[in-house]
Amino acid sequence: MSTGRTERRSGTRSSREVATQTQAAGASAVDDQALVAALKADEEWAFETMVRLHGGRLLAVARRFMQNEHDAQDVLQSAYLSAFRALADFEGACQLSTWLHRIVVNTALMRIRSRRRKPEESIETLLPAFQEDGHHAEQFSDWTASADLLLERAELRALVRNCIDELPEIYRVVLLLRDIEEMSTQEVADVLGLTATAVKVRLHRARQALLTLLRREYAPPLMTTV
Amino acid sequence: MTCREFADFMIDYLSGELPSANRVRFDDHLRACQNCQRYLKAYEHSVRLGQCAFGDLDAAVPAEVPEALVQAILVARRPQG
Repeated sequence: MSTGRTERRSGTRSSREVATQTQAAGASAVDDQALVAALKADEEWAFETMVRLHGGRLLAVARRFMQNEHDAQDVLQSAYLSAFRALADFEGACQLSTWLHRIVVNTALMRIRSRRRKPEESIETLLPAFQEDGHHAEQFSDWTASADLLLERAELRALVRNCIDELPEIYRVVLLLRDIEEMSTQEVADVLGLTATAVKVRLHRARQALLTLLRREYAPPLMTTV
Repeated sequence: MTCREFADFMIDYLSGELPSANRVRFDDHLRACQNCQRYLKAYEHSVRLGQCAFGDLDAAVPAEVPEALVQAILVARRPQG
């Protein structure tokens, strides 16, 4: 992941220059270092720029975790307020977008932990079953080509999201962090306070359970068992 | 190697972390067991389905931040009083 160091210059450009650049060239061209300098100087326009530049993508992250729009927006607002308070500690070791992403993820995880929306369900019934001799208890068909076609339809992508939402919370979170947010195993372990081994176990079970749910919900015409 | 062991090793196999001795056994089972070939393929595909399922949300994002939310964040930042 780029740190943006190659684009940095000595000295800091004026806030007006950055603002003009933002409007003219779009989000991707804004210089992190100059924007952070303006933020630390408590310049109002810089806060608005940061919200507008990164807010959309961060809201999408919050939506993935929170599953409803109200909670997602609430998480985004809380995350930005946390970021504003922590700006003095931001040293530019990573890109501003990476730093904000981590804050949104942490805020969402704290909200999930606090809400305890339902008793934790067992994942055992969603894992593959085996016979005593170690063979699979069922036969699998090849449904992947059909699934590729289905993904082109928005409503079916929504159905896949629903399957992910059905996973027990502790597994859903690990799946989102590793496979969707693409954080490393160690990063996920750090943010959840787990060992790397525990993260891998949960991820594997979450993927297997997702496979079962996809088959259970959408397979009849696509994925059959014998 | 049994199908149960095969299933246990899949995640390490796909991430390239399966020790060589187990990898040989894994590959042997993969060649011999059509059911596990299908299960492994479905497992990989489930991961990809999950990743693709959020494409709608990501694609629409930048223009989608409600203005009221932007203003609420900025107002909440300002010192009260």
